[in-house]
Amino acid sequence: MIEIILVAALLCISALAYRWGRNYALAAVSGNPRKLHSLPGHYGAYVALWCAIPALVVVALWLILEPRLIDYLLVSHLPDEIKTLSSAQIDLLINDIKNLADGNILSREPDPAMQAAADHYNRWHDIGLASLAIIAFLLSASGAMCARRRIAPRFEAIYKVERLIKAFLLLGSTVAVLTTIGIVLSLLFEALRFFNRVPFWDFAFGTEWSPQTAIRDDQVGSSGAFGSIPVFAGTAMISAIAMTVAVPVGLFAAVFMSEYASTRTRSALKPVLEILAGIPTVVYGFFAALTVAPAIRDMGQSLGLDVASESALAAGMVMGIMIIPFVSSLSDDVLNAVPNGLREASYGVGATRSETILKVLLPAALPGIVGGILLAISRAIGETMIVVMAAGLAANLTANPFEAVTTVTVQIVTLLVGDQEFDSAKTLSAFALGLGLFILTLCFNIVALRMVRKYREQYE
Amino acid sequence: MNKQARTVHPALHTQAVVARLRKRHRRERRFRAYCIAAVGFAVLCLIFLFVDIISKGYTAFQQTAIRFEIFFDPEIIDPDGERDAEMLAEADYAALWRQPLLRAHGEVNTRALRRELYRLVSSGAAFQLQRMVANDPDLIGHKRTVWLLASDEVDMVVKGHVSRHLPEAERPVSDRQLAWLDNLAAQGLVEQQLNRRFFTNGDSREPEEAGILAALMGSVYTMVVTLMLSFPLGVATAVYLEEFAPTNRWIDLIEVNINNLAAVPSIVFGLLGLAVFLNFFDLPRSAPLVGGLVLTLMTLPTIIIASRAALKAVPPSIREAAYGLGATPMQVIQHHVLPAAMPGILTGTIIGLAQALGETAPLLMIGMVAFIVDVPQGFTDPATALPVQIFLWADSPERAFVEKTSAAIMVLLVFLIAMNALAVYLRRRWEQRW
Repeated sequence: MIEIILVAALLCISALAYRWGRNYALAAVSGNPRKLHSLPGHYGAYVALWCAIPALVVVALWLILEPRLIDYLLVSHLPDEIKTLSSAQIDLLINDIKNLADGNILSREPDPAMQAAADHYNRWHDIGLASLAIIAFLLSASGAMCARRRIAPRFEAIYKVERLIKAFLLLGSTVAVLTTIGIVLSLLFEALRFFNRVPFWDFAFGTEWSPQTAIRDDQVGSSGAFGSIPVFAGTAMISAIAMTVAVPVGLFAAVFMSEYASTRTRSALKPVLEILAGIPTVVYGFFAALTVAPAIRDMGQSLGLDVASESALAAGMVMGIMIIPFVSSLSDDVLNAVPNGLREASYGVGATRSETILKVLLPAALPGIVGGILLAISRAIGETMIVVMAAGLAANLTANPFEAVTTVTVQIVTLLVGDQEFDSAKTLSAFALGLGLFILTLCFNIVALRMVRKYREQYE
Repeated sequence: MNKQARTVHPALHTQAVVARLRKRHRRERRFRAYCIAAVGFAVLCLIFLFVDIISKGYTAFQQTAIRFEIFFDPEIIDPDGERDAEMLAEADYAALWRQPLLRAHGEVNTRALRRELYRLVSSGAAFQLQRMVANDPDLIGHKRTVWLLASDEVDMVVKGHVSRHLPEAERPVSDRQLAWLDNLAAQGLVEQQLNRRFFTNGDSREPEEAGILAALMGSVYTMVVTLMLSFPLGVATAVYLEEFAPTNRWIDLIEVNINNLAAVPSIVFGLLGLAVFLNFFDLPRSAPLVGGLVLTLMTLPTIIIASRAALKAVPPSIREAAYGLGATPMQVIQHHVLPAAMPGILTGTIIGLAQALGETAPLLMIGMVAFIVDVPQGFTDPATALPVQIFLWADSPERAFVEKTSAAIMVLLVFLIAMNALAVYLRRRWEQRW
């Protein structure tokens, strides 16, 4: 809370600095802006930026570093016999000390040593905050002063300000790269910890998946097998079912919209299909679990088939419905990009529309369509909520769509929702699965995007 | 078809050609029918989905209530007569409604029967009476007409979601309870009332008490964080890449990277949030702040791609005219390019936010699946989000939660449709064709 007030105060001071710099620049040329190199506002912005940025950087650094620093101080001031405890116990103790300092409920009776530590904690925290405030204000004041001193009629404030803004823009655009690096590093790091416990080959080629590790050694049925084949096979099966629904429907719909429909029908149909894409996946999951799955089970029973209530078929079909608009809108774009000359040439030699489509347009658009389908497959593989709600939990290695299978995303969710301890193979295996999922979808995406791009270039 | 056949040159007007033509045209019609069937299938799916959800959920906006004449008995609530707040809070409010109910049903004399009778009324009824007294202690010693919520099982029967004709063992409501209920209804004491609690309560174990407000506020806080971060970052990135970036390998990498990021499964962003924001930076679990951060990273590619398209659509002549008048690059962007591209950028942002609003999987990873009763008050309070609430309710075994889930889905869809309509409006109203 105090930190927010501090930031707000710094911003207010910067606003004042803006006025100060602007007025100073105007005063330097006795109120005639034409004698200035840049607009008066640029001088103001120059002073304001110098006033705000260093101070805000310090505040941000402090917000990141302070908790670590204080933890370190707390641990080093604890009595020696505590330092011999395991790191988990020390973490718990520190948590309790912080709760004591904040006046919250503890998990144990406070002893004098803890009380002393809590007092220390509060004092350090207060000292830290006070010194941060002083440093931040001093920095903003000195920054503004230095900047103001450089203001002169010939000072090229506009270039300086623009260079700073440009640096900000560049900084902003690195966030996307940092995200990717963050994903790769966090998945890789946790997955490596997993592979320290479970050999990589067991994970990659094992056919048994039951991640429940034993709490006690003598427990029954808790072998903790981490063979990922059945999990990935389940993902493949559900995705395949989804694609058998989505590809024909999406493709035919795209052909209809780009080749048969009048402009009016097209402009009415396109948004309708887009609604299908805009419905949250949790809604599809609910639909699959409560409407489609029971319907399929009942239908199967009336035909004498044994259908699981969490059959792969239900989840896959609903996922297919969800993916229809991805296939159709991408294929629609691709078909529209085929030059009209090809169409007219085909009509000119007497081909019917369907012949033109099947023999000329689709072959010409094939790379683009395949790219779109690959993107849709990667979407199906990564889809989570439908399968979490409508597919099973047990990993069956089966090719029967009426049975329940599990998927990579279902396993990640079940392993990580709820209480977790971050040093068990069970929790870490979710990251190994996540890494597999990421690499798999990345391959699909790269190939798909390259195909779509190549296709576009071909007709541009 | 005959007409077309007749236009063929007479020399070609042989039996074989006509037959082949007929076949080709049949194939044409069949192909066309497939296309129409595909579109019809998609549209039917959409209609079926909506009808299914609405027919399951519209009843949740009403709730069955039973009328009671409650005497706020000072003997029960406040025997000492001191109006001490703590005493008032601990009194046995259930007795207030149980006694008149027992008096009206003289035949109920065993403990088991009494318990069966009490199950007509929601277990939250006592809290309702307690709140009434806490708000207005002068009620004590007076008589009031109060509508107390019926239990969720009774509610399901009254609404017809659970058939009364099922065998008793398969019904959550016993024959005796049905008889009592019919008796009360005959006296005009049972009514369907507007379910205000659905919009003003947080989650609850009792379906009749459960509401979406806590989840909705969690979603609002999460979306505020997402908007505040993703819009400036997305626009900054788009402007840099579109207006300033040199063409080199580094920039190529950023572009490929953004396109790939847009297709990374959302659950992977959840794993990133768990590993980086929670485990590395020690941010609080279940907080809208972390949810917003994760969703920011997820929506950023959408916003960047839409903003770049909007910036690209601004014709170069506008830039050149501004340069010609001596504007600096930043002035050109700030005064001319950005305002012209703003409708497109805003449309992209709204669509990105609508995606983020419906997103569930990454929020599960960072612990926003808690059972939240209290409405979160800030960005670091434990919270859940609307889609996650839907997920949680869909998992609940009680029949009454099916109706609540569908109603929550309807609320979520209303928000999404409103956002998309706004995006369409912005596009129609402000988009310029150059």
